[in-house]
Amino acid sequence: MDRFTWTSGLLEIKDTLVIQQRGVRIYDGEEKIKFDAGTLLLSTHRLIWRDQKNHECCMAILLSQIVFIEEQAAGIGKSAKIVVHLHPAPPNKEPGPFQSSKNSYIKLSFKEHGQIEFYRRLSEEMTQRRWENMPVSQSLQTNRGPQPGRIRAVGIVGIERKLEEKRKETDKNISEAFEDLSKLMIKAKEMVELSKSIANKIKDKQGDITEDETIRFKSYLLSMGIANPVTRETYGSGTQYHMQLAKQLAGILQAPLEERGGIMSLTEVYCLVNRARGMELLSPEDLVNACKMLEALKLPLRLRVFDSGVMVIELQSHKEEEMVASALETVSEKGSLTSEEFAKLVGMSVLLAKERLLLAEKMGHLCRDDSVEGLRFYPNLFMTQS
Amino acid sequence: MAMSFEWPWQYRFPPFFTRLQPNVDTRQKQLAAWCSLVLSFCRLHKQSSMTVMEAQESPLFNNVKLQRKLPVESIQIVLEELRKKGNLEWLDKSKSSFLIMWRRPEEWGKLIYQWVSRSGQNNSVFTLYELTNGEDTEDEEFHGLDEATLLRALQVLQQEHKAEIITVSDGRGVKFF
Repeated sequence: MDRFTWTSGLLEIKDTLVIQQRGVRIYDGEEKIKFDAGTLLLSTHRLIWRDQKNHECCMAILLSQIVFIEEQAAGIGKSAKIVVHLHPAPPNKEPGPFQSSKNSYIKLSFKEHGQIEFYRRLSEEMTQRRWENMPVSQSLQTNRGPQPGRIRAVGIVGIERKLEEKRKETDKNISEAFEDLSKLMIKAKEMVELSKSIANKIKDKQGDITEDETIRFKSYLLSMGIANPVTRETYGSGTQYHMQLAKQLAGILQAPLEERGGIMSLTEVYCLVNRARGMELLSPEDLVNACKMLEALKLPLRLRVFDSGVMVIELQSHKEEEMVASALETVSEKGSLTSEEFAKLVGMSVLLAKERLLLAEKMGHLCRDDSVEGLRFYPNLFMTQS
Repeated sequence: MAMSFEWPWQYRFPPFFTRLQPNVDTRQKQLAAWCSLVLSFCRLHKQSSMTVMEAQESPLFNNVKLQRKLPVESIQIVLEELRKKGNLEWLDKSKSSFLIMWRRPEEWGKLIYQWVSRSGQNNSVFTLYELTNGEDTEDEEFHGLDEATLLRALQVLQQEHKAEIITVSDGRGVKFF
């Protein structure tokens, strides 16, 4: 406990705070001392303890003074602890709370938990030994390299240290990689701002931008994934991207649609298309926007929205109204049918089967029997009989 | 009671008992069929008034064999439709019981007045009982008509100045002009 020196608690330049934890008690060896409730701070260079009630009571030891550290698990009524084994105090140490102590270790008791993370960080700092690379002020002693008499930690501690070093290396690589990404994101933001301002200029027709340039510029924007800001989301004059996508969809969906009787629900389309793409999946919005343009682009498919809100893609050649006539026949043959029964008979999905029956009802060919037994459709005898 | 009554084909058609059909045209047909069923049912069973609760459970709206009942909200709509057509009158403010007239009062009034004229009995006085239960009217359609409906028919004639409802010895009567 005589290794501590009084300190202001302020960190020097390059001495960076790593982690701090409240509710820490210090033991001199196994003995409880008066420093029972404080905030423990770990920096790259030092371990600092500051009394929670009296902030002026603040002490620190250099990390270089630590030989090794151990964890002591919590017990019944006992908090988890970190045992810190220390080098002997150097002769010219600054004054601290204790002049002398018979113990060469202290214990830090984490009464408000946080021991696990603190231990991890402390071990890291011990491994990285950042204080060696970043000397702060001359007044702080730095223990460089091994001193005679220093206990070299081998065995498990040595292995742990190697693992730490490896982890540190990986961490560093990842940080560097993310550094680039954050730089990229900053640049991307700038680019978006720039493109927005140019786009506005186009809109206001300020500056001498020719028609050709405008088109070229717009395509640059699109290739960067920034949609045309001038004509967004207007049905029939959507973005280039959606137009291209619509054409692509027409190609992909022709065969599947024919297999399925000329009609598919939009959710089926979504699954099918994304499965085919594998990567660069389509968002539902993009799919819907592209589908809205199918008819305008005179492609062989179209988007249709039923009264219930269900959206389907049909082949242009598909005439749902005609299918209704055959549905009526089927229902008449069987007397009455539910959506599920009809779907099974015809080999359609229940969703589309229901839509077809509802359409038939809308057209007056069928009527409904709605009871606790479910929804059944009958030929519309109200109209045909008497 | 329902033995001689012939149910229309709709009575055996489950969609008939469904809450009114969503397709507008179909719905109109369904509603019309219900109205005429109610009137013919009441006519045959000589039922001139009913409560809504009775109606719900009566075979009229509850086809036990088919296991279908017209939901009460739809019954209300049918009754309202009959009221609009002049065949129904609510007997209380809470619309729990009603008078059902398979012929509208105007129609009855006409029939009665025609008989009066035919038989040359203008300027005669009748008691209400005589009109509906007298020998002379045995062949007439309005024979056996319930008093409530009869009164309403006579009130129409009264408005047309073809009759006047008067009080006679032990009840009411009517004088025809």
